[in-house]
Amino acid sequence: MAVLLLAEVNNGELAMDATAKAVTAAKALGDVTVLAAGASAAAAGDAAAKIDGVAKVLVAEDASLGHRLAEPTAALIVSLAGDYSHIVAPATTDAKNVMPRVAALLDVMVMSDVTAVVDADTFERPIYAGNAIQTVKSSDATKVITFRTSTFDAAGEGGSASVETVGAADNPGLSEWVEDKVAESDRPELTSAGIVVSGGRGVGSEEDFKIIEALADKLGAAVGASRAAVDSGYAPNDWQVGQTGKVVAPELYIAAGISGAIQHLAGMKDSKIIVAINKDEEAPIFQVADFGLVADLFEAVPALTEKLG
Amino acid sequence: MKVLVPVKRVIDYNVKVRVKADGTGVDLANVKMSMNPFDEIAVEEAIRLKEAGKADEVIAVSIGVKQAQETLRTALAMGADRAILVVAADSVDQDIEPLAVAKILAKIVEEEQPGLVLCGKQAIDNDMNATGQMLSALLGWSQATFASEVDIDGDSAVVTREVDGGLQTIKVATPTIISVDLRLNEPRYASLPNIMKAKKKPLDEKTAADYGVDVTPRLEVVKTSEPSERAAGIMVGSVDELVEKLKEAGAV
Ligand SMILES: Cc1cc2nc3c(=O)[nH]c(=O)nc-3n(C[C@H](O)[C@H](O)[C@H](O)COP(=O)(O)OP(=O)(O)OC[C@H]3O[C@@H](n4cnc5c(N)ncnc54)[C@H](O)[C@@H]3O)c2cc1C
Ligand SMILES: Nc1ncnc2c1ncn2[C@@H]1O[C@H](COP(=O)(O)O)[C@@H](O)[C@H]1O
Repeated sequence: MAVLLLAEVNNGELAMDATAKAVTAAKALGDVTVLAAGASAAAAGDAAAKIDGVAKVLVAEDASLGHRLAEPTAALIVSLAGDYSHIVAPATTDAKNVMPRVAALLDVMVMSDVTAVVDADTFERPIYAGNAIQTVKSSDATKVITFRTSTFDAAGEGGSASVETVGAADNPGLSEWVEDKVAESDRPELTSAGIVVSGGRGVGSEEDFKIIEALADKLGAAVGASRAAVDSGYAPNDWQVGQTGKVVAPELYIAAGISGAIQHLAGMKDSKIIVAINKDEEAPIFQVADFGLVADLFEAVPALTEKLG
Repeated sequence: MKVLVPVKRVIDYNVKVRVKADGTGVDLANVKMSMNPFDEIAVEEAIRLKEAGKADEVIAVSIGVKQAQETLRTALAMGADRAILVVAADSVDQDIEPLAVAKILAKIVEEEQPGLVLCGKQAIDNDMNATGQMLSALLGWSQATFASEVDIDGDSAVVTREVDGGLQTIKVATPTIISVDLRLNEPRYASLPNIMKAKKKPLDEKTAADYGVDVTPRLEVVKTSEPSERAAGIMVGSVDELVEKLKEAGAV
């Protein structure tokens, strides 16, 4: 069986972690061909060729593919689809934008956020904010899947796949890119960080979020946030962890001033070690914490920053 | 311009979901059901467009069991003008897949000719995040998913999207499909007088067969199971003790 894997490419660069994790999931299904698409994608294609388990790389470069607009990217994938039994991608916002469109164009269902491959037709995926795991068997001719990256280890490097170029499909010209607002940061990426420090509504202000960031920086960690913290403007949207934000599973997750609503737990409960700091001993976050500390975060977090490292 | 808003009846987001002991699904008998929270945001946005004079009619649509009537009445009470219920399932345990939902919606779009479809980014039951994108594909329209800001201007819309890296702004040709994210707006509550008025607003009832759409699932649910439980943790008494435990565990 042959698998087409849409690589995560941002501004010409391969997002190695997300792509390599999806490769691990895809390898179980057959020979993996990676598609690197973008206004420039050759470098991303070369990087993808080195991922262990990649059999072939297709590079598609065209201005229309520059910002991963759904319509031209989906058209490209559909133009290649005939050769593949499975079309897959890491479950990023880009892929979630594109893959259901691909599926509908092929008249098949999509399976989002798949966490386990049972066999070529059968997959596990969380539903109801991870409160249940569904095993589904697809009867579709082509399986279209996004893989939840936090449950797969990244494939190693050391491969040397062949690289070919392919042409873009016709751009339907329905949408155009206007601008990106991307916060530059030296911190590790939230979804691949070994340690994540998250703050919630309890932090109280954007200003005070600095104490969360200071702890993160001391630990070389990424910073996360609850929806309430993002809604209140304490933290940017791309820090949101949860059912409808990012799903993380670091070695260590520290939650400060977060109550532990199911929608938040959905994004972090597979972390290896969970630390919860909350002044309310009844807070549900303590039910999933390995180490719980009932304390005022304004005292505990700075003290922790000082004592660690 | 007409605005079509698909709203799904789902388990209330505050309810703790229980997996049935026999693994056939989750227990939906006698639990509180509500409108999918993202769809409330979509309804709110549609009503605001009408209030701003950019839309002249808001039509809410729901596909599923007959009880989805209640969900549509909520949309009407918020301010939608009329509603269409497409009965496609006779048991609350039967979820209609996004592909089938999108096919039915595509037929309704053909009939109603809206200039905009505003849907939720994700249904909080199946967590699929697919229907809007699928509908857009079937219609050959543009799509703008995960919207946190929407500005409709004649034959185009400028939409800011919440993406992994931050925010992306795109301009899409209309008619278009916009899927809404959490921070687009804060949905209003329906007032009692509006709830009363909603009872008199038109609610058409159809079936999937009326639209000639086969809703047979493509994904057979083999089983539904509980997620793995975390081992119980411990409470620590101080920051020092926490540091010690983290060092012992090799976490820092
Ligand atoms: C459709 C939908 C999707 C959602 N998606 C997400 C999602 O992806 N991610 C997400 O996080 N949420 C999500 N939510 C929201 C979720 O239901 C909760 O509302 C949210 O997680 C609460 O955030 P919080 O814990 O920061 O705030 P709260 O629940 O208000 O908790 C604040 C906590 O801080 C503690 N506290 C206050 N002051 C201090 C102090 N000085 N020191 C220590 N502790 C203190 C309090 O005791 C309390 O436990 C979603 C909700 C819906 C309806
Ligand atoms: N059965 C349904 N009836 C009406 N709208 C639906 C239905 N299923 C999905 N939708 C719409 O599609 C959005 C995304 O759902 P999903 O693709 O299932 O995550 C929802 O927020 C609704 O706006």
